[in-house]
Amino acid sequence: MAAPPPGGEPGRFARYLTAAVFLAPAFIMLGVWMVYPAVYTIIRSFFGPTGFLGSWVGTDNYKTLFTSSYFTTAIKNNAIWVAVVPAFVAAIGLIFAVLTERIRWSLAFKTVVFLPIAISAFATGVTWRILYDQNPDTGAINALGRVVSDAVTPPGVLSNALPSTASLQPHSGGLLLKTPLHPGGVALLGLTGIAPQDVPSGAKQAVEPAAKQGDINGAVWRDFKPGGGKPGVVEKGELGLPGVSVELRSSAGKVVQTAKTGADGSFEFTDVPAGTYQAGVGASSFAKPFGGYSWLGPSLITPSLLIAYIWIWAGFAMVVIAAGLSSMPRDVLEAARTDGATEWQVFRRVTVPLLAPVLTVVFITMIINVLKVFDIVFALAPESEYGHANVLAFAMWQTAFSGGGNFGVGSAIAVFIFLLVLPVLLLNIRRFRREV
Amino acid sequence: MRTRTIRAAGAAAAVVALAVIIAAVFGGTSSGAVKTSKSSAVNTAVKGKVTFDGIWTSSTGQKPFQAVINAFQKKFPGVKVNYKPVGNNLPTVLATAVAGGHPPDMADIAQPGTIKQFANQHKLKPITYANSVLKKNFSKGWLSLGKFSGKQYAFVFKAANKSLVWYNVPAFKTAGVKPPKTFSALLKNAKTIKASGTPAYSIGGAEGWTLTDLFENIYLRTFGVAKYNALSAHKVKWTDPSVTTALKSMGKILGDTSNIAGGTAGALQDSFNQSVTNAFASPPKAAMVFEADFVGGVILSQTKAKAKTGFNTFVWPQITAGANAKAVEIAGDLMVTFRDTPAIRAFVKYLATPQAAAIWAKQGGFGTGNHNMSPKVYPDSITRATETPLLSAKSIVFDMSDSQPPAFGATAGQGEWGLFQKFLQKPSDIKGIQQQLEAAAKAAYKK
Repeated sequence: MAAPPPGGEPGRFARYLTAAVFLAPAFIMLGVWMVYPAVYTIIRSFFGPTGFLGSWVGTDNYKTLFTSSYFTTAIKNNAIWVAVVPAFVAAIGLIFAVLTERIRWSLAFKTVVFLPIAISAFATGVTWRILYDQNPDTGAINALGRVVSDAVTPPGVLSNALPSTASLQPHSGGLLLKTPLHPGGVALLGLTGIAPQDVPSGAKQAVEPAAKQGDINGAVWRDFKPGGGKPGVVEKGELGLPGVSVELRSSAGKVVQTAKTGADGSFEFTDVPAGTYQAGVGASSFAKPFGGYSWLGPSLITPSLLIAYIWIWAGFAMVVIAAGLSSMPRDVLEAARTDGATEWQVFRRVTVPLLAPVLTVVFITMIINVLKVFDIVFALAPESEYGHANVLAFAMWQTAFSGGGNFGVGSAIAVFIFLLVLPVLLLNIRRFRREV
Repeated sequence: MRTRTIRAAGAAAAVVALAVIIAAVFGGTSSGAVKTSKSSAVNTAVKGKVTFDGIWTSSTGQKPFQAVINAFQKKFPGVKVNYKPVGNNLPTVLATAVAGGHPPDMADIAQPGTIKQFANQHKLKPITYANSVLKKNFSKGWLSLGKFSGKQYAFVFKAANKSLVWYNVPAFKTAGVKPPKTFSALLKNAKTIKASGTPAYSIGGAEGWTLTDLFENIYLRTFGVAKYNALSAHKVKWTDPSVTTALKSMGKILGDTSNIAGGTAGALQDSFNQSVTNAFASPPKAAMVFEADFVGGVILSQTKAKAKTGFNTFVWPQITAGANAKAVEIAGDLMVTFRDTPAIRAFVKYLATPQAAAIWAKQGGFGTGNHNMSPKVYPDSITRATETPLLSAKSIVFDMSDSQPPAFGATAGQGEWGLFQKFLQKPSDIKGIQQQLEAAAKAAYKK
């Protein structure tokens, strides 16, 4: 407080005035930027979308909040965020902090883990959106998946091919010609949907082979020429598809012979005993290349957001916990070790309990952060998934500012978020008091 | 919108540059006035200032509009137009300014729904004083877009032709198909294109407006202007049989997931820009994009495709014969005034002239319904092809989703946009989507 004015008795009024002058800036700032908007928002939440005049709606805005599926999804997602993020951030931070204590170059490691916090959440969102892209050519995560998947099941030569006529029908992953064949028959297996650049190299003009006694032969070819051509007919300008494995099935459905097509797409099953057969293309030719997981799709969008968010904040937790670790009394750890405790026991029974206050800080900070999370959702989720990725702060922005223009419901959400954060804040204030 | 947020930073820098430009222009006006004083075109009687809040930022058209302003100021040396680039948040900024009682003198608004709201609140001034020049240069159909409760409050200064389809020329050649004239030919071509090995359609389904635009074109082509405007104003319900018919037609396009680049799941994650780059990549990932004239700009800036040999465009094919086949859907910026002064009157009248339109049209990225402007002004053949239909169009409708309450027609992932994304996911559920659309529209129109 200000020193009493030199000389003379400090008047009561002057003392109050001094106090008022010193307090005024803080009061004005709090009043203008905190109290007034908060009170205004609370009042606003009981009025309709357009303004105050005659638009009193009572608690309707709050009812909307808990009845419309748009908002209940947001509340549900926020609950998931609160349940998952603080725990994971604290756990990963703890692991990193404990591990970095033991390694060389720990500073470099810590810097790398801490780095994401230095990037704006918006930039993080954009970056992760590209990482998550479903197309393996763009999304790094799915590109990794493709390497693994294609090694296990290599894509077939005709992964996009479609039958050119209805007589070729899907059959256990491949295609089968409906028409029954007998020795001396010819099977025409026309395929479309193959881009010119996807035709296997070395392909030549397709040829319809002549029937041969005792054999079943035929051709697999790209049954398409500009304009469409005649489906099911081998025409000039249509290329054979080499390297396709063709199967001959007995009437019981068993594969009795396989053959590979030549450069002109022709194939031949020799010395076929009398009977009824069907020919078709095996499933392996149609094996699709890895298409990527839909990380940004409706079912995975929230987990994807959580992972990116944990990636951002794990470094923060690590630094806070590492600070807690370094100020921990070493003699207690030593004593435990001398008493014969294993490293795990030391960690579980001594380190973690001693770190409890620090972990609480991490938890509380993260709960507050997560309740008002917005930017990462806005930047990472595609617009088509905003409905599934919705969280409260995002719903507030969309309802009030972006298009919705409904400041009544927007204010109600703001008040609701405030109420959710309030207990955590009170807890935090109580802790501060205790520490002081 | 995302990119535009980033652009906003650039806009700040542009303001500085703009100040320099304005200073240069005004430094030069005195001598300019002397030079042109012989011509009777210069009007020194009108004096005053006009503040203008615009949507165009440095990257989206501030420069050409400033050129229009400069030309106006040469004719009216006593008037100073102050352009402020606000960007895409303009409706919000204007709503706040109007509520606070300090709107700018003029603004351009791309949402007729917002203009209607301002007009109903008596915040706008009618521009009936410009009727003669407007009638001289624009057809009835164009002027009706700026009429609200029977009065001319606005006119479309800059328009985008939305009734277009863009196609990959080599992909069409490989498939051996020609640009279709009718919807059934389009569907038949699509099948042939698929058989040739390239999916026919590229859909930017991550952004709902690409889907509503597709629906709107189908609806317009099937039922015509009157019914379109009735649905737009929610006088026809979304559960109407006409909507069922249009959705069925739309389902013929969206229903075959193997004929869409990336399938429907992939399309839902493709932005508008990606849908364009997919279709004009080499080799192409798709053959066609349904979107407005501005696709051309994206192709030129983001792919290697060249006009005519790489990409081209055709008018949205006919569904029912007659006038409906020539109707045009547009999006655009309407000029509105919040005050009425001689200076504002002069500027509004000037903006309605073919000379004003030509200044911007010459620089590209600009369409107009000003039929006294020669199509020769357009800078290249593609632009001429996309914008000329606007000059002769008799039946014109405004983008439906822009005309509706924003809560229904313009909220990402919500309302109409969100529900059409749902429809893309499951094009068989026409009944369910119609009911949800009607419920969402009802809620939005109630407010």
